[in-house]
Parts: sequence; C-alpha cells; structure tokens
Amino acid sequence: MTAGPAVEARELSKVYRRFLHKNQFRTLKSAILTGSLLSDLTPDQTFTALEAVSFEVAKGTTFGVIGENGSGKSTLLKLLAGITKPTRGTLRVEGRVSALIELGAGFHPEISGRENVMINGIMLGLSRRQVEERFREIVEFAELQRFIDAPVKTYSSGMYARLGFAVAVHVDPEVLLIDEVLAVGDEAFTRKCLDKIGEFRRRGKTILIVTHSLGLVEKMCDEVLWLRRGTVEGRGDPKRVVDAYLTYVAGGEEKLLAQEHGQAPAEAAGPTPEGPPGADDTPHAYREGRWGSREVEIAGVRLLDARGRERHVYVPGEPLTIALSVSAPSPVEDFVFGVGMFAADGSSVYGTNTHIEDFVPRRLSGPVEVRFEITALHLVEGTYLLDVAAHKQDGTPYDYHRGLYSFRVKSHLKDVGVYRPEHRWSFTGGAEIDAPAPRPELSLGED
Amino acid sequence: MQQQLKTLLRYRPLIQSLVARDLKARYRGSILGFFWSFINPLLLLFTYGLVFTVILPGRHSPAIEPYLLFFFCGILPWSWFSASIAESSGVLLAGGNLIKKVLFPAEVLPVVSVLANLFQFLLGLPALLLCLLWYGRLSPSLLLLPLPMLVQFVLTLGLALFVSALTVHFRDVQSILGHLLHLWFFATPVLYFYGDIGGPVRQALRYNPLTHVMVSYQQILFHGHFDHWRGLSLTLALAVLLLAFGSFFFDRLRDTLAEEV
Repeated sequence: MTAGPAVEARELSKVYRRFLHKNQFRTLKSAILTGSLLSDLTPDQTFTALEAVSFEVAKGTTFGVIGENGSGKSTLLKLLAGITKPTRGTLRVEGRVSALIELGAGFHPEISGRENVMINGIMLGLSRRQVEERFREIVEFAELQRFIDAPVKTYSSGMYARLGFAVAVHVDPEVLLIDEVLAVGDEAFTRKCLDKIGEFRRRGKTILIVTHSLGLVEKMCDEVLWLRRGTVEGRGDPKRVVDAYLTYVAGGEEKLLAQEHGQAPAEAAGPTPEGPPGADDTPHAYREGRWGSREVEIAGVRLLDARGRERHVYVPGEPLTIALSVSAPSPVEDFVFGVGMFAADGSSVYGTNTHIEDFVPRRLSGPVEVRFEITALHLVEGTYLLDVAAHKQDGTPYDYHRGLYSFRVKSHLKDVGVYRPEHRWSFTGGAEIDAPAPRPELSLGED
Repeated sequence: MQQQLKTLLRYRPLIQSLVARDLKARYRGSILGFFWSFINPLLLLFTYGLVFTVILPGRHSPAIEPYLLFFFCGILPWSWFSASIAESSGVLLAGGNLIKKVLFPAEVLPVVSVLANLFQFLLGLPALLLCLLWYGRLSPSLLLLPLPMLVQFVLTLGLALFVSALTVHFRDVQSILGHLLHLWFFATPVLYFYGDIGGPVRQALRYNPLTHVMVSYQQILFHGHFDHWRGLSLTLALAVLLLAFGSFFFDRLRDTLAEEV
C-alpha cells in the first residue's frame, strides 16, 4: 500500500445550476431558431452546495461527515463517488470506490434477484466471473436463499435493501462510501451491516460515513468533518466535533424556543378557556392557556442561567432560575405563587407553591419580582413545559399560565426517565470495566 | 467520441446484461413471452395490410407485389428505428436513479435501448425470411443484409444519444417525438415504393437518410438485387457524422444529467 491519503479534497466547490422552466421554453425556441442549443443552455439560478471544502482522509481510517439537512453532505458523497463533478477545486480518490448511496439503486423489479445481483455487481465494477464467485456469499449475507429466483418486485423493502447492501459490500472496495443507509432493515440486519463495516475497518479499508447518527460517528470514526451550509465548520476528533455540533444545534433550538417564549403570553391572553387548575389535572387534559382575574398579574417570565442570562437550553446539573415579573395594581393580602414542570407528554415532573411550602402571605402591591431558583437541574434530556401561577390560597386564580413556557435539557448521555439523581458508579472485587473517557458536559451559553 | 467508444467497450458486460435484462423484462408476465417479438410485426403488418389492400386497394405498382411482403421488409427495420428513438428519449429519466446513485456512464442506457431493439429486429427476422421463402424470393443478395443494418445502427445510435440527452433538459421532446416519428414514418418509403415517386417529393425523400436505408433493405430482401450503393454509402457517412455529433452533444451535457434527471 502506497503512502498518502486515500481521499484528498482541495478547495472543493459544487455549484448547482437551476434552469427555470419558464425560460426553458424560450431557450428551446431560440435554440431551434438560431441553432445555438449548447451556448444557450445557461442557468438562471445557482445554488452553492459546497464551498471551498478541503480535507484529507488517511488510508485505512474511518471518516465521518455530519451536518444538518442541506449542509452538503450528500453532495460531497456524490462528488467522492464520481457521480457529479466538482465545479471548482480538485478531488483525488485512490482505489476502487463503492458507494452505498441508495441500496439496490438500479434493481429492475421484473427480473429475479439472481439476475439483479449479477447486473448490480457488474455495475459496481466487478466482472461477471467475480460476481459468480461471490454470488453464494452475497445471497447468504442477504439471507435471501429462498427468494433469490423470485422477481425483485415481490421483495419487501427490507429484503431489497439487504440485497443491495450485500452486493455493494462484496464489491470489496478500497474506499467505501456510506450515506445514511444503515437506517433500513431490522435490528439484526443493522447489526450485521455494522459488523461488516467493522470488518472493513480491520482490513484497513478506508470508510467514509455520512450520517445523522452521532452515536455511530463517535463509536466508529477516527475523524469527523462537520459541514454547515456547504463549508467546513469543524474537523478532527469525533467527540470534540460532535460536541461542538450538538452545541450548535442546541443554539438553534434556543432561538426557536426563545421565539415561542416571547410570543406565547400575548397570544393566550384571552378570557379563561377552561375551568380552574386542578379540575383537569390528568396528563391527557394538559392544555396550554392563561386565565385568572388578573388582580395580580404575571407580566413576564424569564428563564435565567447561572450568569443571569436568559436561556432556554440547559445541560443537566446546571442551575436554572425562573423569574416572574409580577404586578398588583391594588394591594392584595391573599396570594400564592406556584411553579409546575411538565414533561413533553404532559406528565408532571414537579410542582410546588408558596402555600404548600408554608409561606404566609401578608401583602403584595406594585411591581414585584419573584424568583424560583433551582440550584441544579437534575433532569434527563428532553423538552419541559412550565406552569407559573399566582392565585388565592383557596386556588382561585389571579393569573395562571399553563404550559406557555418551555425549556430544553440537552445531554450527550441518553439515560431514560425524567429525573437524573446525582449519582456515581463504583465497582469492587473482580469487575473489569473501563470508566468512560472524561468529557465535559456540553457547554452552552458561551458565545 | 473515441473516448466514449472505449468506455462503452469497457462496460460491455454491463451492456450485455442490461440488454438481456431489457429483453427478459419486456415480456415478463405475458403469456406469449418472447413470441411477442415475433407477433408484433405480424400484427402491424395485418393492420396496414387491412388498410392498404382491403380499404384502399390497388394503387401500388406491380413492382411491389405481393404488397404485404414488400411492406414487411420495410416495417421490420422501421420498428427497430422508431422504438429505439422513442425508448431512448425516456431512458435517462427512467434510469434517473441509476445516474444519480451509481457511478456509471449514462450513455450505456441509450445504447442498451438501441441494442435491445436490434434484438427485437433480429427476432422478427426469421418470420420475414419464412415469408420470403414461401414466396420463393430468397436470394443471394440476402448476404448484403448486414450493410443496411450497420448504417441503420450507426444512424439510430447517434440520434438516440442526442435525443436522450436532450430530453433530460427539455421534457417536451418526449411529447413531440411520437408525432415526429409518425411523420417520419410516412416520409420514408415503407408503405410505398420509392421508385413510384417522382418530382419534388422524390427530391425531398432523397434528403431523408432513412429513405436510403429502407430502399437498401427492400432491394436486398424483396427485389433480390442491390444497386443503391451510392445512397447507402452517403447515408453511412452522414450516420457517422450524426453519431459523432450525438456523442459530442451527450458528452457536453453529461455533467448536468445527474443533476437534472
């Protein structure tokens, strides 16, 4: 094996051209009239899918490409596969490439699996004899021995994908390109595909994976490239890049939640749509809304992080403060403040109020700020809805905001449930187990 | 073009498999299967025969009697031509998935259309030869049959490459093509005898390259002698030019194909 990278991309750009149909007619007409068909095929709009992307993939490594939808991942893969050509820049791929862009692309539904394997194999670059030699293995891998002579149109989509994957991996490429194809098939087959990919890695093949499965990327890849709107946003150690990506995605969610947050109270400020709280406290009846006499009004609700800045995405263990801007136009003496947290399915996570906690109200007047400070947010990843309320001790609402606010908890751990107790594991005796590599929780709010 | 020919040669096993697949898939599920390649021209023959011997009888010269046999000699190669062109106009769109998802020279697809229809032609040929035998018209000139076939192949291929790439950018081609082919059919001496036509119409027909191909077929198969050398060789020259243009055009549009289909 010669030294040097398996894939080398320098300043790679891909500009898609769009031909508008309105103009296409004019183009055809003028093309026919003037005979200038080729020169008249000029685009009306362009779209830059990739912009000056440079990277190298060393031989024998597994390289992941992540990014949001539309970030140019698939375009990059198509360039690597040679299906489309770069508009600018150079791309060098060494060795035979097999691209799993769509499994079973090119299968003809009317003819048998056997004949399709032959054609697909040849299409992917094998000779007829090579396909014949590997035929048994392919069919066994796809677990389709019984159906191999049936027309492919009778296959289930899982069988179809299995056969496609089986052919593609038996082409025995030096560079394997995989585009999000492992999502098909059942658990067992996905397992098998991953094993096969693992085998490729052991045999020193170069693999390029485009995927949304960050777990897979962290587990399998030696290096990760993060694309954002066609440019390289990050590259390097998988954990670091994935964390940066997650932080970025969380930032996007932050904006979205902030938007909702800002709009919700105004929208819901109509008259009481429902009865008082407590009457319908079953999770299924959980509905957003705002009601109450407004003798005490909650004019604003802010979620603040440790540094007192407004934020809507948190990591487990962070402090969170719910700050209520309250005003009472005329003084009241009977008042209770309450806070409730709900999981996305409407089930209650926690609820309390000043009455339950035995605060004794004396007098409330003018503008007041009420702060509910959570010292550490021990929740698992998910979206949580907030209730805030001001009401009388007998429950008569002054101003009840139900589910108008939300925040999100983001974590790289996928533990389940709602509550994450502070905990640690310890092992004594003959347990051989490696502690996870130390890594900080995602950092949020650090611009 | 040389480069493209090399590519096509390299992909020969693929082309072989695809042609075989095309032929197999074509009649898969039908009761008569392969016999359709045989029956189709006969049915066409029956239809036109009904029109031109029963409904509108007796307007052709004695030189082309028995008329149905004469017509058979022309309609078989014409079917090869028109089906190839019609199919290749849609072949890149239909195979869009392939072009977008698999690295694969797209010109394979129109080539496969032309070849698959060539096989259809070859499958229909025995029926024609049997008829010729029946009328005692088999002659040694039959040995020249590969000549017009070669010319037709080159001509059809050039046009198929052009049409297939053009359709990707201008889908309208697919709609208009059927009518064009229909017109072309009547502008080619298949139903009538080139020798019967005179005046300006004959002049016009001379500029139709398929005229010379058809006349050659008819001479070789039906009349049992061949003297259309000049017409056929000029047509061959034109066909080669057309093929060069077709592959140049296809090559120019190649990079846009994966994005446009």
